[in-house]
This record gives sequence, C-alpha cells and structure tokens, in this order.
Amino acid sequence: MKRFLLLGVCILFTATSSSLTDRQRATHALDRLAFGAKPGDVDRVLAIGVDRWIEQQLHPERIADHDVDARLAPYATLSMSSHEIYEEFEEPVIEARRQKKELNEIRDMLPREKRPRRLIEELSAQRLIRAVDSERQLNEVMADFWLNHFNVFAQKGLDRVLVTSYEREVIRPHMWGTFEELLRATAKSPAMLFYLDNARSRGGALNENYAREIMELHTLGVDGGYTQKDVTELARVFTGWSIERPGEGEGFVYRRFAHDRGEKTVLGYHFRAGGGMEEGEQMIRVLAHHPATAHHIAYQLCQRLIADEPPASAVDRVAKTFLATGGDLRKTVQSVLDGPEFWDPKYYRAKMKTPFEYAVSAIRAVGGSIDDPLPVARQLQQMGEGLYLSQPPTGYSDTAQAWTSSGGLMARLNFAVALAENKLPGVRSVNADTHAVTLMLGSPDFQKQ
Amino acid sequence: MINRRFFLKSSGLALVSGAMIPNVFVKMANAATTKGRKVVVAIFQRGAVDGLNVVVPYAEPAYYAARPNIAIPRESVLDLDGFFGMHPSLSSLAPYWKDHSLAFVHAAGSPDATRSHFDAQDFMECGTPGVKTTPDGFLARAVKGPSPLRAVSMTPTLPRILSGPEGAVAMTDIGRFGVRGDVSPMFEAMYGGAFDAAKMLKAADPQKLQPENGAQYPANPLANSLKQIAQLIKSNVGLEVAFADVGGWDTHAGEGAAQGQLANNLRNFSEAISAFIRDLGSRMSDVVLVTMSEFGRTVRENGNRGTDHGHANVMLVAGGGVKGGKVYGKWPGLADLYENRDLAITTDFRDVFAELLTKQLGVASMKSVFPGYEPKWRGLLA
Repeated sequence: MKRFLLLGVCILFTATSSSLTDRQRATHALDRLAFGAKPGDVDRVLAIGVDRWIEQQLHPERIADHDVDARLAPYATLSMSSHEIYEEFEEPVIEARRQKKELNEIRDMLPREKRPRRLIEELSAQRLIRAVDSERQLNEVMADFWLNHFNVFAQKGLDRVLVTSYEREVIRPHMWGTFEELLRATAKSPAMLFYLDNARSRGGALNENYAREIMELHTLGVDGGYTQKDVTELARVFTGWSIERPGEGEGFVYRRFAHDRGEKTVLGYHFRAGGGMEEGEQMIRVLAHHPATAHHIAYQLCQRLIADEPPASAVDRVAKTFLATGGDLRKTVQSVLDGPEFWDPKYYRAKMKTPFEYAVSAIRAVGGSIDDPLPVARQLQQMGEGLYLSQPPTGYSDTAQAWTSSGGLMARLNFAVALAENKLPGVRSVNADTHAVTLMLGSPDFQKQ
Repeated sequence: MINRRFFLKSSGLALVSGAMIPNVFVKMANAATTKGRKVVVAIFQRGAVDGLNVVVPYAEPAYYAARPNIAIPRESVLDLDGFFGMHPSLSSLAPYWKDHSLAFVHAAGSPDATRSHFDAQDFMECGTPGVKTTPDGFLARAVKGPSPLRAVSMTPTLPRILSGPEGAVAMTDIGRFGVRGDVSPMFEAMYGGAFDAAKMLKAADPQKLQPENGAQYPANPLANSLKQIAQLIKSNVGLEVAFADVGGWDTHAGEGAAQGQLANNLRNFSEAISAFIRDLGSRMSDVVLVTMSEFGRTVRENGNRGTDHGHANVMLVAGGGVKGGKVYGKWPGLADLYENRDLAITTDFRDVFAELLTKQLGVASMKSVFPGYEPKWRGLLA
C-alpha cells in the first residue's frame, strides 16, 4: 500500500514537472500578470483562453473599467494638477507658518481632508482599489513595477505635492510606449527632478545624485560599465534641467544660465563646449537604447514575472526584443511570456509575494470588497512596503530574501485571521468557513505566486 | 531557524519541529539563569551619513576650505582631543566620552569603491565587500546562541546583515509579535520555529518594563527601537545581537551645519543612544553598541550646500569594555584624498566588528564571518 502511495506521488510529480495543466496555466497567469484570482477567475480565464486573456491584458486601453473609474471619482486630488494641489494643500500651511503657528495649531485648523497627508492617502487608496478590482490587472502590475523602478519618495519635502501628477502623467501614460519616452518623461518630471536633486544642480555647483541613479537604477544597472567620471560628467550634462517655481507645483524648465557649457565626455560621447539642453536629450537617447539598459530592464522584468533568479535564456531574449523594437515596452513584456521559461512548472507558485501582492491577492481570493483602503495601506506600511514611502531611490525589493522574516510572517498571519473573520478594517468579506479561509490565506502556499 | 525555510516547510515536516518546541523552553530556562550574557547592538545609518560633520577634524584647515557653507564652526564643535570635535547635536553623548565608555573610529569603512547605496549596504551587511554572491549576513554568521531571540532586528523586514540559515527575528513591536486568535496552534504546526520566539516573548513580557535611571527616550523611530532592545536585554531572553536602522542621511542638498537637516537627524540619533545607555545603566557593562553607514560623503561640499557619495566614514562604539575617550584609526588627512574627492579608508569596518564579536560574544573564528579577510584588532575593547 505504502509503495502505491509513493508511486502515486511520483506520478503526480512527473505530471507536474513536464508541463502545467490548463488550470495551472490560468492560475499562473492570474498569479503573475494579475494580483491573484478572485473566486471564479480561473474558470473565466479558461473560458476566454489563457493566451487570449493575456493578449487582452497587454492592451489595457481596450478594457473597460467603469466600476473602478466610478469608485475613484470621489478622490478629488487624483485629478488635480500639481499647482491646484499646491494652492489647496500647501498654501494654507505656508500661510499658517507665516503667522508663526505651531504645528499642532495648524493641524487643528485644517479639516482632515485638507491636510497634505491626504494626498498620499488618496493615491494609496487608488492603488489598492485598482489592484484589487481593476479589470486591467496587468496594467496595475506594471504600474507597481514602473513606479518602483522610477521610485520617488512622497515624503521628501515637496514631492508630496508632485507625486500625484507623477503617477498620472509621467508613469501611467508611458508604461506601454517606448522606454525612451518613459525615461524622458521621468527625467523631466518635477517629482524626479526634486527627489534626486537635479533641479538644484548648476554649472560649477554640481549635484550628482540624479546622474548616478539614472545610470545605476533607471538604465544601465550598477554593473553597466560606467565610472565615477561618467557620473560627474553626466551631472554636468543635466545641469539646468530644473523646475519652474518648484515650490508651487509648476512644470519642467531648462535654465540656460544654470547649464555647464564646458566640454564633456560621458560614456565615450563627446560634447563640445557651448552646448545646451540637447546634450541631456542625447544622453537620454543613448541610455535608453544602450545594451546594458536592455539587459538591466530585461533582468528586472524577468525577475518580477518569472523568478528571483531569472533564467538567462529569458533575460537574453527579452533584452534582444528590447533592442530590436527600440525599447517597445509592450513587446518587451510580451517577450517575457513568449518563451518556455514563464510556463516552466518549476516557477509555478515559486515566487514569494511582496506584502502588497499578499494583501491584495488575499482580498481578491476571498472576494472581499474594499470600503476604505486606508487601513490596508497602513498595514502595508507596518509590513515594510508602504505605498509611495520607499525612501531610497532603489525602491522596494522584489525577491523573497527581502520579504522573508518572522515579523513579516506574523503580520501576514494576522492579516489572514482578520480578513477571514471579516474583521479587517475597511474590508468586507463574508466567509462561510472562517477557519478554513484563515488556514488557506496563512498557508505557505498562499505566500507564493 | 527563522528564515526562508519556514515558508517552505510543509505541515508534515512541521510536526517534527512542533515536537521539539519544549526544548526551547529548556534552553530558555538555562538562558534566564545566565547572568552577564554579552550583547552587541548594531545600528545602521542608511543613506551614508556625513562622518566629517559628525566627528569633525576641526584642527585641519582643509576641512574649512572644502566646506565654506556647511562646516561646523570651530566654536560650535564639542572638542574631543584637540584635533577632532563632535557635532554639537551629539552633546547628550558627551558624558560617555568623558567617562571613557564612548569611542569613535574615524576613516573607517568598506574598501570596495562603489558609491551605490544599495551595493555598498549589501557589501557591508554581507561582510564581503565586492562579492555579490554571498547569500547571508555577517552578523547572522556570527550568532550561534541557543535562544530563538538570540538575534533580533527591530525592522519590519529582516535586513541582509541578519539573514541566513541560522536566522534572526525581525519585528517592530515586541508587544505585538505573535498571532491573535485561536488558529495560532495550527499556524505553529505549519511554521514551527517562527513561533518559538513569539512564545518566549509572550512568557517574558518585556514590554512591561519601564525605562530606568530617569532615561527619557525621545519620540523617534530609532529611540523606539532602542527602547525595545533595552527591554529585551533586561528580560534575559538570550539576546546576543540586536539590530536597528535609521535613515535620512543622504544629504545631497541643504545639509546644514551646526543647525539644519543633519543637525536635526544627529540630535534624534544621539538622544536615542544616550537614553539607551542611561536606561541600561550598569547592565551596559555587558553591552556594546556600534554604528555603521555604507560610505561617507565627499570632503568638498557640492553646489547645493550638501555632499555627494564618498568613501570613508566614522563609526561610534560605546559600552562595557570599550576603551573610550579616544578617536581610533589612522587619520589619512584631507590633503591626499581617495580618488581626489573622498576621505580615504584606513580602518576596515570588519576590523571593528571582528574585535567586538570575538571579545564580546566569544566568536572563536572570523573565517566564516568574514571569509577571505584577516581582521586586525584595533584595541578598542579591553
């Protein structure tokens, strides 16, 4: 009898290790290209066909999302310009300070919905509502990826005024275009110019923060072959790239008089003395199409979608696609899914969820509905992945190593208990068997996708 | 024990570790009677603190020449030895300098040339500068004690420095580390070891302990971490290594001098540490606290009254056995700079930790803690 059992286990293993079943394929697609399955999602994807569902998800602009749009409408700041936000949220504070009011006085003066922290709260609410309920699930996965790739810390001074338009106008509209457009949009965004200090860098008074991070984090990667000299020279190239009246939420400006007009050489590209803004434009083109960038972006995409240590065959293919298509991001993402690696059974439920992925997938799994996303946003902060709150430019890690800890586990288990018992503040979930649901959400399997 | 393995553990395997749980309490009982257990508390200043404005070489004119707007004026520094002086925001630490329980190591750091925050932190925490394939952290490799609370990180996620097969516990609130509700036993069966620490904490109930000796912790995250570390130390739960981190040091713009951004951060930092030392009182004889940061900052101020990424930095060492009242390390001076911009490193940070781990925790060999490196003791500890 025992032997038969063992045999059965062996057969099961062989079956799963050769290829995924259709059901597993649908589950895998929902795990990686969405924030997990809601009740009934696997059947829905099977009915459409996994490949067709992916094709749909790769074109979010063709997917209607009226319910989510309607639910986001009450969040007034989401559609406000940076300048409007400044007038409504910063000016009253500045005025109160001018009158030498104490911090707590200012707080008491302002109703909750007029306090600056409301801005991050509405953004976080938006992200959670979209991640849980948007029909454009892959779009939300990629928003999470690119916001993290081009991370901006919302609590660095004025950035709290600037992140709303950063997400709305810089990241989201460019996620399915070319990498060059996305990179250029970030390079000229007040949020990034302020966060990495380039707005203040001037000829003869350099600040090399942005020049380093654009190469290390945004494009070439830390081993992409640049030197300290390249960092300094690129900082000179970007001098003058700044913000019009930065305190008031205005847009990009090139300040000719702040630009270092001397000759420069970056990554072997020589600029004669007397140049201007076109130097930075050229370097953005160079960096956006550099082979090291192709590799770096391919690696990160494969790490996000396939495995913490992505197979070289996938990374190479994706990098090739990136270069061959001029950095077409839709085709680049598609290329991650085109090869055999994504569907290799060894990666099925093998990637640890980040706290954001865990919380969202848990709410989706029980068919929960979010009435107030803020308590969940606060839990994410306690789990170490507060939205818009990664202070270093690196953003949050996407690998198991970073998220595996006893404290993280306890937080997840408590989240599971609360959600299953319908006691998670702000979320409604009706579960017939709370015990079984708790164990499912807290199981080692559910920590992975 | 507390590491990625428990996520992978099947419930079948967990039954075995469930059966082992009583052992922990046996060990715990032993731990509770072990008085005078030594502890190392490590604080990581993430973002690269500007060490030249923390322990200021105020007698070196080149310092003032390089920093026209952000140097700490000579009359503001708290003199240490006639050459170096502390930033005035460190005034709450002055008594410990005077009673020789506080020392600094200047021009210390990690020898790899990277100026990437991420890489430099990673290299430092793994204890293998320049090597990216090291899977675990050096403090994790050094801690071998029996308690499930032998290594605790006061962070929401486990930092690199304490990750590894022997593992450590990460938490931000010692009073809330555990699972609520009646499902707890089943999760215990699933995850085994992760719950040993939770049970031990529940039994010891350290968060009830009030600060002693009139210590007043300021309201900042580092102070909150140190206050809880002090509670763990007092509870005799077998703690050997505690870790906390604190950010906000990446002062590329508007760094300030005797006052301003860095000054405010340093005040929060030093008042948290001085409250911790005061709180522990005589127990501090069994504790050494050490600080580190991934690299220093440029000697010359940049165009925005800030500093960019540099090389060598300063480390603070305080506590029992520290031969304090001294700034350790060969001073390389500000005339001959590393890559013509940064303070050169004359003390490898591994030298400092090797001495601490050996003398404080009795780690017999540094071969596995710092593979491929022969640390040199600097005589920091008696």
